[in-house]
Amino acid sequence: MTDADLIIIGAGPAGMAAAISASEAGAKVILLDEQQSAGGQIYRNVGSNHDGRSFLGEEYFEGLKLVEALSRSNVKCEFGTTVWRIEDDLRVVWSRDGVSNISSARHVLLATGAQERPAPFPGWELPGVMTAGAAQILMKSSRLLAKDAVLAGSGPLLYLVAVQLIKAGTPPIAIVETQTMKNAFKASRYLPRAMLASKMLAKGMELLRYIRKSGVSRYTSAKDFQAVQNDDGQLTFSFRTRKRVHQLVTPLVLSHQGVVSSTHISRSLGLAHEWNLSQQAFLPIVDKWGRTKNSRIHIAGDGAGIGGARAAIASGRIAVLDMLFQLGKLSDDQRNQSSTADRALLRQSLAIRPFLDALYYPPKEILAPSGETLVCRCEEIGASTIRQTLNQSGLGPRQIKSSTRSGMGPCQGRMCELPIQGILSSCGKKHLLPKVRTPIKPISLGELASLAERPSTKS
Amino acid sequence: MKRDSRFKERQEGVETVQMTLDGDIMTAQIGDSVAAAILAYSANPSRHTAMGSPRAAYCMMGVCFDCLVEVDGRPNVQGCMTLVREGMVLRRQNGLRPISGVQADD
Amino acid sequence: MTVLDGEDGDYRASQGNFGLVWLQGKGADYAPYANLSYKAVQQWSHFASSLQEISGLDVALDQSGGFEFFTDDAEFDEFQGLLNAQHRHLDGRVDHDVLSGHELRKLHPEIGPKVVGATFCGLDGHVNPLRFLHSLQTAVTNLGGKILSEMTVSDVEAVLGGGFSMSTITGTTINAERVVLCAGLGSSKLAPQLGFKTIVRAQRGELLITEKIGDRLPFLSSTIRQVDEGGIQIGGTKADVGLDNSETLEVMCGLAKHAVSVLPMLADVRVIRAWGALRVLSPDGYPVYTQSAEKPGAYLVTCHSGVTLAPLHTKGLVDWIENASGAPDLEAFDEARFSI
Repeated sequence: MTDADLIIIGAGPAGMAAAISASEAGAKVILLDEQQSAGGQIYRNVGSNHDGRSFLGEEYFEGLKLVEALSRSNVKCEFGTTVWRIEDDLRVVWSRDGVSNISSARHVLLATGAQERPAPFPGWELPGVMTAGAAQILMKSSRLLAKDAVLAGSGPLLYLVAVQLIKAGTPPIAIVETQTMKNAFKASRYLPRAMLASKMLAKGMELLRYIRKSGVSRYTSAKDFQAVQNDDGQLTFSFRTRKRVHQLVTPLVLSHQGVVSSTHISRSLGLAHEWNLSQQAFLPIVDKWGRTKNSRIHIAGDGAGIGGARAAIASGRIAVLDMLFQLGKLSDDQRNQSSTADRALLRQSLAIRPFLDALYYPPKEILAPSGETLVCRCEEIGASTIRQTLNQSGLGPRQIKSSTRSGMGPCQGRMCELPIQGILSSCGKKHLLPKVRTPIKPISLGELASLAERPSTKS
Repeated sequence: MKRDSRFKERQEGVETVQMTLDGDIMTAQIGDSVAAAILAYSANPSRHTAMGSPRAAYCMMGVCFDCLVEVDGRPNVQGCMTLVREGMVLRRQNGLRPISGVQADD
Repeated sequence: MTVLDGEDGDYRASQGNFGLVWLQGKGADYAPYANLSYKAVQQWSHFASSLQEISGLDVALDQSGGFEFFTDDAEFDEFQGLLNAQHRHLDGRVDHDVLSGHELRKLHPEIGPKVVGATFCGLDGHVNPLRFLHSLQTAVTNLGGKILSEMTVSDVEAVLGGGFSMSTITGTTINAERVVLCAGLGSSKLAPQLGFKTIVRAQRGELLITEKIGDRLPFLSSTIRQVDEGGIQIGGTKADVGLDNSETLEVMCGLAKHAVSVLPMLADVRVIRAWGALRVLSPDGYPVYTQSAEKPGAYLVTCHSGVTLAPLHTKGLVDWIENASGAPDLEAFDEARFSI
């Protein structure tokens, strides 16, 4: 006997949509999420933001429909829980308030979403440098508005945060963008396909028009980012454009270089992954239903490749159809037919991705840092150390890790793995998938020890 | 020396809690994470690493582990994943954590 | 001198190592191994300094003695028996202390009540295992040797007129006058081609590593130790599961339980990562140093406890291969012992 038909990890758009549709189909569903409420990062805290934070935009409040439908459903939601290991037989081990529990299911859906791409440059570890996503979380969860910030990097989120800050009455002092004419040229060939998602394109254009109208300075083709801490705690942020070197003094540099799939759980399960060139990240290999090589484990949403909220919703529901099929609740035909509408939505939402991936492709210096730029924030290891070790005997990611300690800190490589992959690749090495071990988030010895007493711990 | 926050001062009208940070009284709003409360309170670093480098919260979503802080005697707590509570005692960490914070209550 | 190394993801016992320089209990059933281990621990301090001179890296050797802790009376008794056997093999040159739980807690009040007793050997110690590995690699390079990675050897054969020819899985051919087969779990495949009979097997050990701690653990034990950088490593499990280096939930929890029983104050310390690694064991578990009778110039070297034995491998073993005067007598470790 299992505790549920389906355990879903992650209550963002993919996880919520999947939970609702599985539950409507009569499946017993447990939904686990690290945050205290449903929404994921994109709809974070949307259920309790009724205080007229309209500057967050219409798209954000679209998430309310899902959150409300979820709360009306029979889904058993466990918030504030960290999944730190999944057994091959689908016992899911999770922690809340210092106590670990084990729940079992016939199927598991990983909907763990994305994280912002680590964007190293000299000084990115200083207080006052944060991600643009972090600034947005602070708006959504704490009504905190960045004061006189510099937004630096590239990607749609950079513009969205800029517009949100302008509308909230705290415009950034500048937007410093790394994309170049070359990026635009490369992206242009994907524009016809992107027209399928004309609404999303139009939204993007609207953001840009709004920023232009607001008079916030924009710099493009910017490179050589550097942040230096001043005596008063402010930062001097410098960068170079074609013409000259610029220096801006600001309390906050909000950096962003797109988002990448969170694959710690799927990798810890030993599932197959491959390097994706356009997203410059490892992606799990799934079939058109989101099914992995373990037929009872599916992956939906950004965790299986970046597609955004709408694609996540569609892929979450499509994965559920396949599970219902496996559980014998749907015939093959029913599964296929029921997926038609969501497949169309998925196709349409994904149409814009090649264009965005090419337009906002991260610059080489961010993908493969050099010099004294910190690569591993936990162990405080610079790019030059990684490069030196690599030159010494031409090692791979695993041996780089054991020789330098990069990736051995509490973040478990979440901040340094990709920059190290970038360095390896810039030195002509092939991309090798770094292994992920559990617990995928730190768990105290006492908590682990208490679990030893449970019969369900035994294999 | 306490530096002003890097964020705009928030309007009132939301229920608040009182806590201490290194012994100083710090007010936070209900629903804040510990990391958000510290960012709202001041621009100072929220910890120093083993090598003495200053750090503050970076990702705010549980990924980077730069917001580590001592909460009610327990070191290395992820500030961005912990909600504020009335009377919480927070301490900024300097270097590595000590061997024993509070004993785990199990 | 060239080291042909395999792929990044190959099974590497050296990357799962606990870093012990350990004598306690070694060779209770085999006197030559007790003596070999004794010689090695005696030479470690000198070895560490010369390695630092060559590589510039300090492996953080701390050889101020180590404990074996017991939470089970029968196991405690049994281990004392092993120590007595070892003591006889070493002609009484090494002493061990045996402490009851009560005596132990008088010495270290932080030890938990579930510990029924402990043994202690003053010669035991530990190093930083990953830095040690890195320093050996650096030393090879600094001394003019070459390490070539992604050179998995698939075939090796003796060349007419002397020497050996090796071909890698990618089709590269390398020739050498002499060859030392020390490919860990990869040795079994090449051993027969060189006329060796030794087939090694894998034994999985699982480990935990915690977040770094600012202050020092008051002691070293064979299952709980603090790396010089601050993290606490917990390990010592054994499982015969073939080529599977996964970490398992059951063992992770068991190791945590052991750590908290021995030192309750560790309950609040977080585990950052667990992992499994495969030990390389010969049929009787003892080292094999052997020369091919069929193919002169080919040697097989394989052992468990490669950290403890390292000082002998950089000097004595080389002398033995070179047939130098004063080379140690390693006959007891010839693979001929498996055919008897």
